[in-house]
Amino acid sequence: MSCEPWQCAEIAATKKANPIQKPEIAVAMIKRAVRPILVVGSNATARFMEGKPLIDFLIDFANASKVPVVATAHMVSEFLKRGYTPAGYMSAMDIGNRLVDPTWQGLDGKGHPDLAIFVGLPYYMESLILSGLKHFAPDLKTMTIDNLYHAHASWSYPNSTLEAWAENLKVMTLKFKEGGN
Amino acid sequence: MTTKNVRVKIDELKTNLGLIKNLDLSVGKIVDDSWTEPMGPTPMPGLTTLRDWDMTLLNKYKPFYMPDCDLCCLCTYGKCDLTAGKRGACGLNIADQSSRIVLIACCIGAATHNGHARHVVDHLIEKYGRRYPLDIGGLNVKVEAPVTRLVTGVRPQTLGDLDEVLTYCESQITHLLSVAHTGQESSNLDFESKALHAGRIDQVGMEVADIAQVSVFDFPKADPEAPLIKMGIGTVDQSKPVIMCIGHNVVPSVGIIDYMKEQKLDDKMEVVGLCCTAIDNTRYFDRAKIVGPISWELRFIRGGFADVVVLDEQCVRTDASLEAERVKAPVIAASEKNCIGYKNRTNDPADQIVEDLVSGKVPGVLILDPEKVGEVAVKVANRVAPIRKKMKSLPEIEEIKELAKKCRNCNMCQRSCPQDLSIPKAIKAAAEGNYAPLADLYEECIGCGRCEEACPVKLEIHSFILKIGEKNMLEETNYCRSGRGAIQDVEIRSVGGPIVLGEIPGIVALVGCANYPHGGKDVYDICREFALRRFIVVTSGCSAMSAGSYRNEEGKTLYEEFPGGFEAGGVLNVGSCVSNPHIAGAAIKVANIFAKRNLRGNYEEIADYIHNRVGAVGLAWGAYSQKAASIASGFWSLGVPVLVGPHGSKYRRMLLGREDKPDNWEVYDARTGDKVNVGPAPEHLFQTVETPQEAMVTIAKLCIRPNDTWKGRSIKLSHYIDLHKRHYGLMPPDIDRFIRTPADIPMTMKDEITALLKAKGWKESIIPDPTLLPRMIRKTKE
Repeated sequence: MSCEPWQCAEIAATKKANPIQKPEIAVAMIKRAVRPILVVGSNATARFMEGKPLIDFLIDFANASKVPVVATAHMVSEFLKRGYTPAGYMSAMDIGNRLVDPTWQGLDGKGHPDLAIFVGLPYYMESLILSGLKHFAPDLKTMTIDNLYHAHASWSYPNSTLEAWAENLKVMTLKFKEGGN
Repeated sequence: MTTKNVRVKIDELKTNLGLIKNLDLSVGKIVDDSWTEPMGPTPMPGLTTLRDWDMTLLNKYKPFYMPDCDLCCLCTYGKCDLTAGKRGACGLNIADQSSRIVLIACCIGAATHNGHARHVVDHLIEKYGRRYPLDIGGLNVKVEAPVTRLVTGVRPQTLGDLDEVLTYCESQITHLLSVAHTGQESSNLDFESKALHAGRIDQVGMEVADIAQVSVFDFPKADPEAPLIKMGIGTVDQSKPVIMCIGHNVVPSVGIIDYMKEQKLDDKMEVVGLCCTAIDNTRYFDRAKIVGPISWELRFIRGGFADVVVLDEQCVRTDASLEAERVKAPVIAASEKNCIGYKNRTNDPADQIVEDLVSGKVPGVLILDPEKVGEVAVKVANRVAPIRKKMKSLPEIEEIKELAKKCRNCNMCQRSCPQDLSIPKAIKAAAEGNYAPLADLYEECIGCGRCEEACPVKLEIHSFILKIGEKNMLEETNYCRSGRGAIQDVEIRSVGGPIVLGEIPGIVALVGCANYPHGGKDVYDICREFALRRFIVVTSGCSAMSAGSYRNEEGKTLYEEFPGGFEAGGVLNVGSCVSNPHIAGAAIKVANIFAKRNLRGNYEEIADYIHNRVGAVGLAWGAYSQKAASIASGFWSLGVPVLVGPHGSKYRRMLLGREDKPDNWEVYDARTGDKVNVGPAPEHLFQTVETPQEAMVTIAKLCIRPNDTWKGRSIKLSHYIDLHKRHYGLMPPDIDRFIRTPADIPMTMKDEITALLKAKGWKESIIPDPTLLPRMIRKTKE
């Protein structure tokens, strides 16, 4: 699939995301990070694959990878309903604003994240936040595990189908389960 | 007004000295001293007069930039790549450029409202004279122009006074826009300060426009019981000729309505409106009807309901004329700001223009004389209606099935849709004779038409959606309360204390357009939630329409369910876009009427008062224009937080507080000069929220103010906690930041919260007399 912004008018950036051609690559990048976080947006309950909402895939992934989750919007309640407690929750703008602050010591106060993974925000909103991070958090790596290409991330999957998305998420989860974290 | 022009004109005067003929003498201005309020420190502020106040706010709420574009392409040195700290050929970096774009947006918005005001005021002065008195609400509204008084130090009493206020505004907008030129300002915070100034000027311009039209056109004058207006396509009697007015400037519509009345046709025709012209039409003529917000333009035109389309200014689809041509509806362009390429027929005889439009010789005309617009529109509508027979440009259902089979499944419709709607699936289903997914899109689509533009086989996807939703469209019958205008002084006296003390938990203002999937319903739900919680809910413009577009279980719209007064549990529509300063004005009047603070040219002190004491929050839910940027900026400048829905993130800059940084939340106690940490109240000045659930929780939280009494804080916290638990499923983690004394704890949650405070090592603090201004400290510590 293509590495063009999913929404046509979201023009390409001068510095574009490296495509994640295989989920194993994403897993390797995440494993390399010391303090990753996963930011989950409100589409987590609005996107369905294989008869399940996205959030179910993400909980499996978070449990396997042990990457701390930051839920945006009202998603914290959806996580709690499913028996998963996110490491934190705040508005998407607030987490973006903290990530551009090099003095922010992360959700646990132990250090600034070195990798921010985004998934499930409205496309244009995620694109803007990733742009803000690209410009104002030069030491931070960003990744999106959506099925839509985000030019402003450091790494992004190409545009792909829901079926391919589900498969990617499952493979990533499996790789963490197999290989530990 | 403090100054007046004096002009002496003598046709003939015989004196001992001789005969004087045709003497015309202007002696400039004389001072009117009848306003005894002392002048404050900042009348008619320039670009930097309030810079210190701006920087105080910008230090507390720092900009978070999300550039929409890595480039600057505003001059021929460029394009310059500003990615991640690079500077362009002029030296600007991406933060500067981002704030520069904010300033430009605010200048466009401010210029638009001030241009609107200028047109209205000049037209009314030409017709009624400079001395025409302003009357906003008779004896009920003595503070007739709180924003103008506050910013300019002027108390306008006549149309001529408004002219002079606008002259000041126009000079400021010129200076502000010039700042965006290459090689001017070089600090993002200074750009931001100037954007705040643009917001102040915008508020003045809007206020001028509205008080001029309220006074002269006899709109409802601060009337809590302004009439209920029929709203929705289903309320339009299609057996009658229909004139549709689109835009924001009511002057041409007044010409139409006056002519209809003169000809005794006002019950034989329909005048309907879209966008703010619709709201203002109903303020002038309560039998005018509101069709809907800005996003209904294609719906209404393609549906063939209009026999004549009259376009004025602002928020008019620039292809509205092309769409009207398709349904053989003649178009009258009525604003010099929106000429549409039509020939200017202002000076032609009306009947000749009518003949040309009825015969189809020309699809549209430009007429800049509102009375002539009225005559031509009425005559054309009456003659065209029997010929057009409400001709539509919608396909038949069977046609949709056949056309849908042409779809190439390229997904470009979805990729072009601002909402990322599942259009390809709906088209595929339609090709198989299943129209349910298209029907679902009717509720979600905002009517922008981008899907059609992207389609490589030119499927008229929006028309498909409209046809499938046609039955729903024809059944849309609701009520909107006509715009009431200002808030009465007596209303402020009644609620000023409870607002400042926190016992009325907040003022929630829903403004702008709800262009978002289910956005109208979201606006309704949010309004109702907070009205039931006894907040004061204020609306304007397209949000006022959305608020009235749904009904409760008893079949009542919000305007039937709740009172229209500025009171706990009231749901008010102040009017159109230019009525928004009545909302800011209410907050200003709380400071003036309730707290006895002087307004006149005293911006900083009043803004500080509002920021620390008046629990007001604005919400603009849908996608909107540059005008929302300037409207929001006017509220930010007063220290009032504004929330936007997801599309609002595209304003590309938020003003965010950091609740995790205690130093951010210190205020002075004006009694002692001590610095007191008051917690994140309010936490943000400009923030995007993602879902209506998040909006509700955030609104309740943003209404908290440092000055709340223990009783008021307890009430506010009970709403915040209740909404947080309902939508987030747990107790707010920051509750300890808002509790100053045990009395602040809501009684029903005492045990739970007390345990939480203990676990967090909470310590009691004081309730200060809060201010951000050192000069407001009454006793300076040594």
